[in-house]
Amino acid sequence: MSSNHSVHREPAVRIVKRDTVTMGKKIFVRAAAILLALVVDAFFIFFVTGLNPLSVYRVMFDGTFMTPIRFSWALRDLATLLCIGIALAPAFRMRFWNVGAEGQVLVGGLVTALVMVRCGQSLPTPLLFLVMFVTSIAAGAVWGMIPSFFKAFWNTNETLFTLMMNYVATSIVACMTNIMRGQASSLGKLNMSNQAGWFPQFGITFLPDILNQRYTINILSVILLMFGMFLYMKYSKQGYEIAVVGESENTARYAGINVRKVTIRTMLISGAICGFAGFLIVAGRDQTISTASAGGQGFTAIIVAWLAKFNTFYMALISFLLVFLSRGASEIASAYSLNDFAASIIEGIILFFILGSEFFINYRMIFRGSGKEVQA
Amino acid sequence: MNSSLIAWILRAIPFGTIIMFGSMGEIITEKSGNLNLGVPGIMYLGGFAGFASSYFYEKLSPNPKGWVCVLLALFCAVAASMLGGLIFSFLTITLRANQNVTGLALTTFGMGVANFFGVFILNGASYTAAPLAYASFSKKMPVLSSSFGTVSEILFSYGFLVYAAIIMAVALHFVLNKSRVGLNLRAVGENPGTADAAGINVTRYKYLATCIGAGISGIGGLYYVLDYNQGIWATTGQIEALGWLAVALVIFTTWKPLNAIWGAYLFGMLYWLYQFLPGVLGIHISSYMTDLVQMVPYVVTIVVLVVVSFRKKKENQPPASLGLSYFREDR
Repeated sequence: MSSNHSVHREPAVRIVKRDTVTMGKKIFVRAAAILLALVVDAFFIFFVTGLNPLSVYRVMFDGTFMTPIRFSWALRDLATLLCIGIALAPAFRMRFWNVGAEGQVLVGGLVTALVMVRCGQSLPTPLLFLVMFVTSIAAGAVWGMIPSFFKAFWNTNETLFTLMMNYVATSIVACMTNIMRGQASSLGKLNMSNQAGWFPQFGITFLPDILNQRYTINILSVILLMFGMFLYMKYSKQGYEIAVVGESENTARYAGINVRKVTIRTMLISGAICGFAGFLIVAGRDQTISTASAGGQGFTAIIVAWLAKFNTFYMALISFLLVFLSRGASEIASAYSLNDFAASIIEGIILFFILGSEFFINYRMIFRGSGKEVQA
Repeated sequence: MNSSLIAWILRAIPFGTIIMFGSMGEIITEKSGNLNLGVPGIMYLGGFAGFASSYFYEKLSPNPKGWVCVLLALFCAVAASMLGGLIFSFLTITLRANQNVTGLALTTFGMGVANFFGVFILNGASYTAAPLAYASFSKKMPVLSSSFGTVSEILFSYGFLVYAAIIMAVALHFVLNKSRVGLNLRAVGENPGTADAAGINVTRYKYLATCIGAGISGIGGLYYVLDYNQGIWATTGQIEALGWLAVALVIFTTWKPLNAIWGAYLFGMLYWLYQFLPGVLGIHISSYMTDLVQMVPYVVTIVVLVVVSFRKKKENQPPASLGLSYFREDR
């Protein structure tokens, strides 16, 4: 009798999808997640190093905000990360898992560097920049287009394909830098003598000092992209097509959308913006190229794009959080003679919490005996 | 036989063993429909836990014994990597977080944990060693490894984990294809809804497959540190590259453990190809070309991926629900 009953008993917790979630609730859940993560991190800091977590967090703050130059570095890193995140947004919206940003950035950067070296002496400056710009986005677009082509026609798994393309790109960059450096021990800055192909550094006079950046061009172009991509995804016909394909390919096909075309076109855009990020890195930040030029940002940007749910303005916020964390962690590292890897741990824990918190935004739990449910 | 060909094989097989463990673990995980991109992080966790445990055991015990070292390192490595797998499982299965993103976060986390605590052990030195653990893990078989000349050298001159990997691959083949558990696991990975309707506990299968898979991947990291790298811990990005190679190998094997045996050794041969091109094949290449040769395993993997999708043979496809989380009420 009792065993019979237990079979039909209501489970202790049931999980139900939420229909709508208010903005306030979303913000509350995310803030709570970050706060919880910081508490866990504080325990970690205290038990491992014996330091006072609060003072460690204060030092962390200094990493970004202590001096204007540090702030400008933070903004520079933010621009790079955000640019790649923006590139990934349309692909992810389409449920195309482009984990190959690292490679697409690298080929874009490589092509930029090659143009700088080859044409640095011969072309006039505006034309040089134009050639660098066009070739870098073309290279990134091609690199992104290859996996999407196979995905569109033969449904080849894009996550694995784009992942492998990263290492192909890394090898090519390693090979080319070895050729370019010749007998020298390292490549060094390109065009050191005439600085051809380097972004000019200027400030905007009417802005306060804190916004007068060495990396003005990088930052401005990424801000433009941020607005552009937001409008493209939200208001253009193509952006709508991407959303429909992402929700359901069958629906898209039924509505007369050419899924293959949309897939390839979206990845062309995604790859092109990644290539542009490579252009910004080489011409505006490093003035050189190496296998570490993308520096794992291609992977971090995946997290940025996903967490922001494809909204480019949230992306800026999340990128800032991540840049703040990694800058802060290296500051902690030097202040307390720890090591930089603390950043990865702190970042990992925060990401776990934010990822986990999505659950509480999308679903709600009904406990047994709460009596709220009507018999279905 | 050509002596440099032998040297090549002697390099390729241990190298292959690292990624064979990594990819066998990932095959189990992916068979349950979970695409865990945290393999590099898990291999870091396993490698570091194994190293740290045997390092402290050697240092603190007055009279350390080899077999204790081996057991302790294996236990700690598997436990640490299973914890990594558990984080991934909890987030993706219970909380239904996105698998790709969670996996990448796990890679960041695992690498961070291993290298952060590694620095405390290094204590300023550029590397530290656990010599007894290395000796015990790389101990050759007593008679076989010396009595048959070249054959012994090629077949029997490795530590026991090399053979354990082969045995495990064969065992895994039988479990996946010939047992009820394997059938259920594959059902979960192909179509969790149907599996659920057939009375299979989808959540339990996914949890167990992901955690056990992580444990096996972690042994790969352990083998790298305590045998392949001669028991030396240093802060490098090497394990990360190996982890991604293990993910590549999973595709290359088309999710079949038996293929992992020869696939892993082939990847090992390809990885060391650049060093043995002149000696074995008589091809001389300029030094900058070595980097291009290093991309061959990845290109081969892409080709396999594409060919498999062209031919659309059912038995070579990825598990149908790979990368998707399962929600019972979402149908």
